[in-house]
Amino acid sequence: MASKLTRSNRAGWIMAFPGIALMTLFIIVPFFLAFAFSLTNQRLASPNAVEYVGFENYSDLLGLAVFTLEPERDESGAVVRDEDGEIEYPRLRNFTRNNPDYPNLAGKREWFSWASGENRTVVLSSDVVFMKALVNTFTFVIFVAPIQAGLALCLALLINQKLRGINVFRTVYFMPVVVSIVVVSILWRFIYSPGDGLLNNALGWLTFGAFTPQDWLGNTSTALPAIMAMSIWQGVGFHMVIWLAGLQNISPTLYEAGNIEGANKWQTFRYITWPGLRNTAVLILIVITMQAFALFAQIDVMTSGGPLDSTQVLVFQAVERGYGKQDISGGSTISVILFVIVLTISLIQRYLTRER
Amino acid sequence: MATVKLRDVKKSYGSVEVIKGVDIDINDGEFVVFVGPSGCGKSTLLRMIAGLEDITSGTLEIDGQVVNDLEPKNRGIAMVFQTYAIFPHMTVRENVAFGLTINKASNEEKEKKVAEAARVLQMEHLLDRRPSELSGGQRQRVAIGRAIVRDPKVFLFDEPLSNLDAALRMDMRMEIGKLHNSLAASMIYVTHDQVEAMTLADKIVVLKDGRVMQIGSPMELYHEPANLFVAGFLGAPSMNFIPVTVEAVEGENIAISSPSLDRISVPGKGRSFTVGQTATLGVRPQYIRPASGDSGMLHGKVALTERLGSETVVDVTLASGGTLIVALPEDKVLAEGTETSFDFDPAQAHLFPETP
Repeated sequence: MASKLTRSNRAGWIMAFPGIALMTLFIIVPFFLAFAFSLTNQRLASPNAVEYVGFENYSDLLGLAVFTLEPERDESGAVVRDEDGEIEYPRLRNFTRNNPDYPNLAGKREWFSWASGENRTVVLSSDVVFMKALVNTFTFVIFVAPIQAGLALCLALLINQKLRGINVFRTVYFMPVVVSIVVVSILWRFIYSPGDGLLNNALGWLTFGAFTPQDWLGNTSTALPAIMAMSIWQGVGFHMVIWLAGLQNISPTLYEAGNIEGANKWQTFRYITWPGLRNTAVLILIVITMQAFALFAQIDVMTSGGPLDSTQVLVFQAVERGYGKQDISGGSTISVILFVIVLTISLIQRYLTRER
Repeated sequence: MATVKLRDVKKSYGSVEVIKGVDIDINDGEFVVFVGPSGCGKSTLLRMIAGLEDITSGTLEIDGQVVNDLEPKNRGIAMVFQTYAIFPHMTVRENVAFGLTINKASNEEKEKKVAEAARVLQMEHLLDRRPSELSGGQRQRVAIGRAIVRDPKVFLFDEPLSNLDAALRMDMRMEIGKLHNSLAASMIYVTHDQVEAMTLADKIVVLKDGRVMQIGSPMELYHEPANLFVAGFLGAPSMNFIPVTVEAVEGENIAISSPSLDRISVPGKGRSFTVGQTATLGVRPQYIRPASGDSGMLHGKVALTERLGSETVVDVTLASGGTLIVALPEDKVLAEGTETSFDFDPAQAHLFPETP
């Protein structure tokens, strides 16, 4: 094998060289550099020497602590309440700043908290923005992956029919895939525009003016769902084509056999189509999950992570830190964490969908 | 068990007529083979009986009931496909029970019917395997099992042995023959292989270009072909056709000759001929014998001798040009290039008014 690769293929290697060189330079080298940088305090441009810092970058991102605040009490031991009757607690910064009694809380900030009886349990994080990005990314994946895959399958089933003009539909559904995601994002920013955007106008018209216009991208509760909807719309055509290829791989005689046995539409899908799509489904699941984790352009163009960090995601944070804040080591660390997450999930998916 | 009746059945795709008015009667328990060259419409006709293709005009009756517009599952048929059409993700047991599962039969009924089918087909040991672990012959057995479980009035076979290798094909052919004897069901079997047709059929339907050329028992078709097409299609090696001129009509006998054939009288078999017309003489290779000396009727030069052990096939170039195939029942070598004369019994010859 080795002799064949080196000896008889000189022309082949020469032709492959530019591609291999570029991939090495821009994919393979940066991949390993990210691991290396994540263990240093490398900055984009800095007069200071680079130092090895071990896993400090990781603990700065992933550091978590749970802390229970007890209410303020007066001399008699009664709970102090403010004018609205809310329980008053000591200020958190008393514990997190320069407090030698609580070294584990040093530098951390409140991520979220809940009341438990009179006490208040607070979850603190070393990097609240990163934690929000992490949660948002998972939320995005959990909603987008199944909805996009399911919708794509429905479309594929619809266009996998012998009808006049079916190619028009195939083209229409596939069109968003061809358009650059940046262009799509800019267009959808107009659609989501708070004043007289297309979506507000359409909803207003459909409800005879009863609908109150929303600032879709400016509202913490609607910004991420709005970006999800757009992303699903943009990517569904691509996965539809993959499903379609899978559907057309199923032998028509299997359907004829099902027809003769008297299978109805649902039984045909359940016993013939779906099992026949098994390998396609595995592929789509893994591809969509990876794509969803890589969410970046939509955020960059539409919200820049806002409002109030409600659309922060991991890749956007990696870029933001690496280039925005010139913190290359921080950005690299986020990249490595994302890599580990995606790898783990893909391996789990591979294991769960293995041939039995 | 049932009768099947086709009356002036036609099928068109747009303006192209592929089945041009077919009348066939199939009796209870009969094994009928549709045979013909590829593109003759035999598979289309079978699929029309199955209900997988619409009938453009004419009527199809199964068991006295017109079933033109019935769904396949309501026609009381079961079909075995050339490509087996067994479901790759199901075990043999699930495949055989598929129709019962679809119709929500009880587990006991499934168990009983599957066991019965497995016993008939001697595949009890295969029930828990998957199709990928089976040979071609075993897969076809599974497909037949699925048909048996439906307990159909009519079995339809669409070239079931075409994907098998020669040795297996012979075994399965015998199996199907035995199956027909034990089930005593009506069966319709499509093939392009005349050996399958001759060995299996109670009745052969020869089709060409969407028309029935002849219907009859295998021996009837072999010994009394109605036309040149049937004569040439059945029998191996195929019948010799010699262009001749009609010299005289002597009641039932017709006197003919050609440059390579001495004047002889052959039975006209009810066909009408006029003196001076060209006609075709058909003689099966098995009925031709080398003559002693120059006394024979056919004259030619030996071009090639093929020794098969059980018989010898001699390729003769006739004096007038054409070739003659002679099948001798013994192992015999005729030297290439020798001028030889051949004899045959005129009663075994067929005279057709048409030319090939």
